[in-house]
Amino acid sequence: MALTLSDVKRIAHLARIEVTDAEAGQALGQLNEIFKLIERLQSVDTSGIEPMSHPLGGSQRLRKDAASSTENREANMRNAPAQQDGLFLVPKVIE
Amino acid sequence: MFKKSVAELGRALIAREVSAVELAQLFLERIESHKDLNAFLDVRPEVTLAQARAADARIAKGDATPLTGVPVAHKDIFVTRDFHSTASSRILKGYMSPFDATVVERLGDAGMVALGKLNCDEFAMGSSNENSYYGNVLNPWDKSAVPGGSSGGSAAAVAARITPAATATDTGGSIREPAAFSGVTGIKPTYGRASRWGMIAFASSLDQAGIMTRSAEDAALIFNAMLGFDPKDSTSVERAQEDYTRSLDLDLKGLRIGVPKEFFGEGLQADVEKAVRQALAEYVKLGARLVDISLPNAALGIPVYYVIAPAECSSNLSRFDGVRYGHRAAHFNDLIDMMKKSRSEGFGPEPKRRILIGTYVLSHGYYDAYYIQAQKVRRIIADEFQRAFRECDLIAGPVTTSVAFGFGEKAADPVAMYLSDLYTIPGSLAGIPGMSIPCGFGAKNRPVGLQLMANYFDEARLLGAAHRYQQATDWHQRLPPLVQSDR
Repeated sequence: MALTLSDVKRIAHLARIEVTDAEAGQALGQLNEIFKLIERLQSVDTSGIEPMSHPLGGSQRLRKDAASSTENREANMRNAPAQQDGLFLVPKVIE
Repeated sequence: MFKKSVAELGRALIAREVSAVELAQLFLERIESHKDLNAFLDVRPEVTLAQARAADARIAKGDATPLTGVPVAHKDIFVTRDFHSTASSRILKGYMSPFDATVVERLGDAGMVALGKLNCDEFAMGSSNENSYYGNVLNPWDKSAVPGGSSGGSAAAVAARITPAATATDTGGSIREPAAFSGVTGIKPTYGRASRWGMIAFASSLDQAGIMTRSAEDAALIFNAMLGFDPKDSTSVERAQEDYTRSLDLDLKGLRIGVPKEFFGEGLQADVEKAVRQALAEYVKLGARLVDISLPNAALGIPVYYVIAPAECSSNLSRFDGVRYGHRAAHFNDLIDMMKKSRSEGFGPEPKRRILIGTYVLSHGYYDAYYIQAQKVRRIIADEFQRAFRECDLIAGPVTTSVAFGFGEKAADPVAMYLSDLYTIPGSLAGIPGMSIPCGFGAKNRPVGLQLMANYFDEARLLGAAHRYQQATDWHQRLPPLVQSDR
């Protein structure tokens, strides 16, 4: 399986990364080399083996369903590129 | 004084032979005089000295821990309230966190004094520290060589004695590989031991914090303060607090050290093999027994890793969108365009590459074939470690196939760079603790590391075995030439 230039552009769009044609072309060669490496996994017999998502297994711990105080609006917004009245500003999304 | 270990500095502070402020000043001067290594990204003497004064006050009150007043520097993957937190990326340039990472907080609570933030590969992605937006870190042993990565700044700073200890993180070898390349002691604990709260996420099922020091004894002392359950990290392991120094006097007699034959195959350079075999012989001299073991699928670790890590990274790095924090492009047409341009300008080539791989392997129609298959092979590799640990107590081998390589040697070829982590990735996938300790020198007089791995939660024995080796040898005491002339 080898990626094409249009695959790379489609993936880049899904990942919300802008790529020029030149960048996509360069990425194509590198990604195909990496996928050649990854292809080795396809020949491994994994029938009956459970996927391992966490080194120690187990389930995610849930905290008590109780309110906790994490209100720190000013500090949390200090790094916002654009803000007004305690809200994050983004370009208009609804006409 | 700057050549002293963490343990020695702690004792000198309590005995009032030196003050925390004097130590902070000494190491701040060293940061300045070794600026060309580019190990530090943010230094704020006023912050460091305020922490040092607080440590001195604590010592005066008789309230000190063995770490109070001892300086430490933090990899720029840990967020900090008082220093910029950038993950060595343009996208987080100038970012000030509203909180400290748990690891930073715990070491601060013990009284350690923060010297600043350390350079690393962007988002901890890399094996040579050549992926930092803020420039290369130089290897103190040989400035034409890479320090290793991703924790390159941590390794170089400890090697050059600019800090007695540095935090680091390991996803596929990012503590052990730079520790080996730069000739320092580096250890990652069992996955789940160190809190990931405030550690800028790369691959959540693999990321684990650890420490770089001059010696295993120092690492054990710091682990006592650094590790432990954190309710703020959902993968943190709930276990009783441990004393990681308890086995430093480990009796090596009868200790079974497993030597995986797959770690001595094709690709391993003769100079590295020689130093590692000599270290194994030293263990035999000290009473340990070598056991031949096999990890037949260890080499599949690299393809497994380059599915799982990019998949998790593409998900984790989606939070950088130019909306709430981080870089926002100056010109754009609409919301989607703003995100695309901000991310495109903010991320360097390696994070972009991994985001693309991850997005692809998680996309519809490929998820089972790639991501689930990789998770299954991950279990095969982890199970092989468990079989091996039935025959041995620890596993030993090389950390890397070669000594540190030169700048640019692998930078143009991602696959060649990925293969640098052949021996470290399997342990990361299993989630077991692993470390690198200096064990000699190879080509061009560059350091060689011995890798030691233990089973889950067996850090105390791992540190003990390393400490005993360091009592019998002096590789970890050797100083890079540029430090030898320092007074």
